[in-house]
Amino acid sequence: MSDKSEQQRLSVFKTYKLYVGGKFPRSESGRVYEVSDSKGKWLANAPLSSRKDARDAVVAARKAFGAWSGATAYNRGQILYRVAEMLEGRRSQFVHEVADAEGLSKSKANELVEATIDRWVWYAGWTDKIAQVVGGGNPVAGPYFNLSSPEPTGVVTVLAPQESSFLGLVSVIAPVIATGNTAIVIASERSPLPALSLGEVLATSDLPGGVVNVLSGRTAEIAAPLASHQDVNAIDLAGADDVLAKELEIAAADNLKRVLRPQPVDDWRAVPGIERMTAFLETKTVWHPTGSLGASGSSY
Amino acid sequence: MASLFEYAPAPESRSVVDIAPSYGLFIDGEFTEAADGKVFKTVSPSSEEVLSEVARAGTEDVDRAVRAARKAFEKWSALPGSERAKYLFRIARIIQERSRELAVLETLDNGKPIRETRDADLPLVAAHFFYYAGWADKLDHAGFGADPRPLGVAGQVIPWNFPLLMLAWKIAPALATGNTVVLKPAETTPLSALFFADICRQAGLPKGVVNILPGYGDAGAALVAHPDVNKVAFTGSTAVGKEIAKTVAGTRKKLTLELGGKGANIVFDDAPIDQAVEGIVSGIFFNQGQVCCAGSRLLVQESIHDELLDSLKRRLSTLRLGDPLDKNTDIGAINSAEQLARITTLVERGEAEGAERWSPECELPTSGFWFAPTLFTNVTQAHTVARDEIFGPVLSVLTFRTPDEAVAKANNTPYGLSAGIWTEKGSRILAVASKLRAGVVWSNTFNKFDPTSPFGGYKESGFGREGGRHGLEAYLDV
Repeated sequence: MSDKSEQQRLSVFKTYKLYVGGKFPRSESGRVYEVSDSKGKWLANAPLSSRKDARDAVVAARKAFGAWSGATAYNRGQILYRVAEMLEGRRSQFVHEVADAEGLSKSKANELVEATIDRWVWYAGWTDKIAQVVGGGNPVAGPYFNLSSPEPTGVVTVLAPQESSFLGLVSVIAPVIATGNTAIVIASERSPLPALSLGEVLATSDLPGGVVNVLSGRTAEIAAPLASHQDVNAIDLAGADDVLAKELEIAAADNLKRVLRPQPVDDWRAVPGIERMTAFLETKTVWHPTGSLGASGSSY
Repeated sequence: MASLFEYAPAPESRSVVDIAPSYGLFIDGEFTEAADGKVFKTVSPSSEEVLSEVARAGTEDVDRAVRAARKAFEKWSALPGSERAKYLFRIARIIQERSRELAVLETLDNGKPIRETRDADLPLVAAHFFYYAGWADKLDHAGFGADPRPLGVAGQVIPWNFPLLMLAWKIAPALATGNTVVLKPAETTPLSALFFADICRQAGLPKGVVNILPGYGDAGAALVAHPDVNKVAFTGSTAVGKEIAKTVAGTRKKLTLELGGKGANIVFDDAPIDQAVEGIVSGIFFNQGQVCCAGSRLLVQESIHDELLDSLKRRLSTLRLGDPLDKNTDIGAINSAEQLARITTLVERGEAEGAERWSPECELPTSGFWFAPTLFTNVTQAHTVARDEIFGPVLSVLTFRTPDEAVAKANNTPYGLSAGIWTEKGSRILAVASKLRAGVVWSNTFNKFDPTSPFGGYKESGFGREGGRHGLEAYLDV
């Protein structure tokens, strides 16, 4: 008897929410939209974010930027690695969501989720190395110490890839925050659930609130106010089609945002280069006199 | 010094660490006895209590360990870098988890204060593995061309002053680049390396990738001379370093040496005195001065000599020497009777040669190996205490008038590991730094270490760098 009643237990649905400033709000608009799997079966109602949600996310990302960019690279690396650790423990949930979202078999989805976990590990290792690869001393022709170092550009809007709902998503978020930027991520419009669940992982990975903010809804509707927002420093157009990308790039030019145009990606599993990091880095060069030396006229 | 406030004892608990009565060699993933059955005792330098009995590696064991490492090399080096990275990340995390246990262990076996093992050694050990873990799958970006290859089996011999940290400096870059290792810890501090073997086991590291051979100099010599070792890394005395350089001469073995030093800590007249005093103290009394990069020569501008010395003496009077496990202890025990004898001999020679010796009032414990913080003034460059590496809590004070004189005196040594510069003027820091023949120059700070920052010496302080991107080169066939 008891066995039978257990089998017939009604499952509890999850209310999917946004992830903004370390909290899980619904859309301020009160709107949701239907998310279904590849066969059209209803999965959940996701928040349909508004322009106001986007602006709130900018405020949260800006607020988090000082501490996150000021944290040691080692500390950021530890936190990114912690994300991988947390994700490993929730692997089955994501396999399930990715399989539904992308219409994949469990084993194929599993492969993608594993690659996603390893992607966090890859970028965890970059936090304290990127400066050693793209920065360095410059041998200027004069008595000056001269050092160039990369610095994060600031608040970055990321349009997540539309097709690769999880591996593609993490592949565009991790490089942005590894170097100290903070991010506003617009989830895949059709498959936002893995992105919204990722927020739950990030919230329990020692990642300060506001470093990553996840919005779901109509990509074009959310991206427009972010592309023209004066307090956003850069935009990654990975999830935009050609028409939208051009429109957003024009809007972004108003305050000269750094723009990463959509790149064709055959396989998100391929080992990334460093381009997604350098796209959102500034180079700062510091000069300092070294004084002159020698037996005559020593002035140091 | 008569103190208004006495400190109550605040000992760290020994119960976090469980030391077995005996340990074997760690070869091919197993603890094993030495082929000839030899063992030695390791004692706590602060009490002379025997901590454990450890197998003593001989030539036959070295051969067995090198064969295990060679066998493991094929698969280990063929693993994708991302998989090697994950092993190293696991090791880093387990070290973090077990860091209190390891700190207490290190303090027991080495004699250094728990404050240092807890706040310096262990965090740096974990960070070193974390840093090199991240390189394992990024070697293409390290500036050595595409797909740089490992060398093979690395034979590594480390000293007793930072047992686990030196292990990390050796093993982390070696594994990240795809080498396998045979490591010989120092005979007075074998325990943390053996605990590390257990961490490798917990991390699931494939057998034979890391082999640990506790033993004496004979085992180190056999390891360095073994024909199937491709890479030799040694940290220790300059005399032994030179022997090793001769041993590997004419072979294809790649060699890096991190040897002695006689670091100059240069204080200009505009330096913030209190800050400088703290830096001088940490420069020479950190780890009882048993640090290759110690600031053992204080070069102070003549005009501030008296003021600085007064402050320094006052500060030394507040240092607390005693039980290394006490969280308030600044100065722990000297690592061994042998090292204590060496320090004593050199200090006596300093006195005999006419330098003026001073120590704060300081009661030494009755058992164990102890040496009070010591200053020498009226020191000239000809004095032994200004030339020889003492490797103890002994500071020689010299003076200078001009920056050129400071540079000349600082460089007047066969060593070239570290130096310090204290001045408020940035251009002076940079000008002086550019003239110093030393591998690490600290300005307005001293004894700072970070896994991202290359460390190593000029001249007879050795060659090669450990740490940072540069540290990869020693383990790559480039």
